[in-house]
Amino acid sequence: MVAQNIVFGILAAVMGIAALRVVTVKNVVHAALYLVLVFAGVAGIFILLASEFVAVVQVLVYIGAIVVLFLFGTMLTRAPIGRADNLDQSGAQRGLGALVALGLLGLLAAILYDAFGESKVEVTQVATSGDIALALFRDYVIPFEVVSILLTAALVGAVVIARRD
Amino acid sequence: MYLVQFLFLAAFLFCVGMYGVLARRNAVLVLMSIELILNSVNINLVALGAWRGFDELVTAQIFALFVIAIAAAEVGVGLAIVLLIYRNRASVDLNEVAEMKG
Repeated sequence: MVAQNIVFGILAAVMGIAALRVVTVKNVVHAALYLVLVFAGVAGIFILLASEFVAVVQVLVYIGAIVVLFLFGTMLTRAPIGRADNLDQSGAQRGLGALVALGLLGLLAAILYDAFGESKVEVTQVATSGDIALALFRDYVIPFEVVSILLTAALVGAVVIARRD
Repeated sequence: MYLVQFLFLAAFLFCVGMYGVLARRNAVLVLMSIELILNSVNINLVALGAWRGFDELVTAQIFALFVIAIAAAEVGVGLAIVLLIYRNRASVDLNEVAEMKG
C-alpha cells in the first residue's frame, strides 16, 4: 500500500510538471515530447489500477501513433522547430484562461472531495486481457463494430480533407 | 489508495488541458491540449471502475479503450483540417481563422 502511494506520488508529480510544460513551453517539438511523458504517466496510473491491457494500448496508440502524428503535423505545417514567440494568445487572454482553469479546478476539487473523500480503491483482482476480450466480444460487440466503422470513416475523411486537388 | 487522489490528478490534467485550449494560438498545440483532456477522462473512468469492483473495472477499461480509439480518429481528422488551413493561408494561427466570427 505504501509502495503504491509512493509510485502514485512520483507519477503524479512527473505528469503534473510535464502537463504544465506542454501548455506553456515555447517550442512545438518540446511540447510533443513532454506530451510523451504525460502519456507514459497515464499508462503507469493504469498499471497501478490493475488495468494492464489499457496501459499497453495507451503506450501503443498514444505514444506510438498519436505523438508521431503530432510531430508529422508540426513538420507539415512548418511550425518553427526552434523557439517561437507566436504560439500563445495575448497576456490578457492567457490570464483569463488561467483564471477559468483554476476556478474549475477548485470547484472540481471541492465537489470531488465532498463526494468521494473517504472512498478507498482496493484492487483485489487483476482484470487480465482475457477478461477484457471476453467482455469486449460478448457484451460490447456492437459498440466495437461501430467504433471500427467510425475509424474507417475518420480515415477516409482525413484523406479526403487533406488531399491536394 | 484513496479514490480522490486519482480524481484530483484527472481534474488537474483536465484543467491544464483547458488552459492550453484557451491560451494557445497554434492549432497543433490546441490539439495536444485536447489530448490531455481526453487522457484525464480515461483516468477517471478506470479509477471509478476500480473503486466499484471487478466487473465495473472491466467495463470501465472497455470504455477507456473506446475513448482511445475515438481520440485517435479525432487527431487524424483534426490534423487533416489543420493541414488544409495551413495550405490555404500558410499559417496555423487560430486568430486568423475568423470567417465565422459575427
